[in-house]
Amino acid sequence: MSIVATYLSWALLVLGGLLCISGSVGLLRFPDFYTRMHAASVTDTLATGMILVGLMLQAPTWIVLAKLIMILVFVLLTGPTAGHALAKAALHSGLKPLLPGKSGVLEADNKSSGGI
Amino acid sequence: MESFVHVVILSMLVTTAIAIVRVKDLFAVTMLAGIYGLLSASFFVLMDAHDVAFTEAAVGAGISTLLILTTLSMTGRFEKASVKPQTDYRPVLALVLVTVTGALLIYGTQDMPGFGTADAPAQTHVVPRYLNDSATEIGIPNVVASILASYRGYDTFGEVVVIFTAGIGVLAMIMSKASSTPVVQTSLMSDHVVLRIVSKMLIPLIMMFALYVQFHGEYGPGGGFQAGVIFASAFILYAMLFGLTEARKVVNNTVVQLLSALGVLLYASVGVVAMINGGSFLDYDFLSADPVAGQMLGILLVELGVGITVASVMIIIFFTFTARSQKAGEPD
Repeated sequence: MSIVATYLSWALLVLGGLLCISGSVGLLRFPDFYTRMHAASVTDTLATGMILVGLMLQAPTWIVLAKLIMILVFVLLTGPTAGHALAKAALHSGLKPLLPGKSGVLEADNKSSGGI
Repeated sequence: MESFVHVVILSMLVTTAIAIVRVKDLFAVTMLAGIYGLLSASFFVLMDAHDVAFTEAAVGAGISTLLILTTLSMTGRFEKASVKPQTDYRPVLALVLVTVTGALLIYGTQDMPGFGTADAPAQTHVVPRYLNDSATEIGIPNVVASILASYRGYDTFGEVVVIFTAGIGVLAMIMSKASSTPVVQTSLMSDHVVLRIVSKMLIPLIMMFALYVQFHGEYGPGGGFQAGVIFASAFILYAMLFGLTEARKVVNNTVVQLLSALGVLLYASVGVVAMINGGSFLDYDFLSADPVAGQMLGILLVELGVGITVASVMIIIFFTFTARSQKAGEPD
């Protein structure tokens, strides 16, 4: 049983690490603010969550487990909230997301007034 | 492997420092300064200095970033475009000065013993006494807390007085008369429903965590400085979301100012009580019939004093800055 837990834990840790890297690549490569923020928030929640669950499977005592669960709850509460606030602030200050235009090329939609 | 991690973190620190110098957008600079604090904290963790790392994370990455952001709301987002019109502006001189100073400092480190060397003065002077005897003399597991609050009680008292003085300085310089008649202003964040709800959930947890850090400081990393900063950040979060007027209803200006003095007073009174009981200033052995119980009591009270002062001074600084920037008319 503990062998399974160890393998599962390492799988989660590696997967979380890979998601962190993919999030950073996305942050650098994606075309506009909103898509970049999407990449960053994947790192915030999914990657961190996976790493934390991976660590939980290796927790030696219940107190460590409890602390890790608390960190996970905190991260899951704050990460999406921060992302939401950031997106809303950007939208309020008039930054338009890139949308596929008529020619199929991504372009900022200037006609519609930014939905709030 | 560990030295590889050291090299990575230190080069990230250098990169961040260069970025701070080069970037003109002050919001970005503030964020970079926060990242710098977090990187330093990680480096301290690698060096097994968990208490210092905790302080650096709470102060360097947390509250100072917040306070600088508040200042930015007064000063504006961008650096002044150029200072070239001044004729006596000589960047070369400054560069030479900095280079020479840096070279001297690096030269000075050549004589320092390696990190963790057994015969280094840091390891041979008083540390053996602290490490061997603190468990019997002070009776708490965290040696850092017993050094900070008991063996080096004077130094910590000095630090608390410095923080208190900083609070007084801020009040003396920028407290406006208008603070008694608060500006009627709806908070900028009033339409952020998600933020408000999540913060309402988080603020009690932040305060509970602060209390945990405060009273767990004798058993693990933590103590009054970190706890005070965390506690203040809960109030600052509230003030940011619900506006200064609402926050002042929760913590009255006068009360916070009194509390900031009360912390220092509590610290000093512990010392005076020790003197009255026949010991020297801040000698907690004399606080109780049993020296170890006296030490425990002394450290508890002293850390409480530190926490109260730090928390209230941080709240004072934030409130004063915010009131000032709102008075200036530009809430942005």
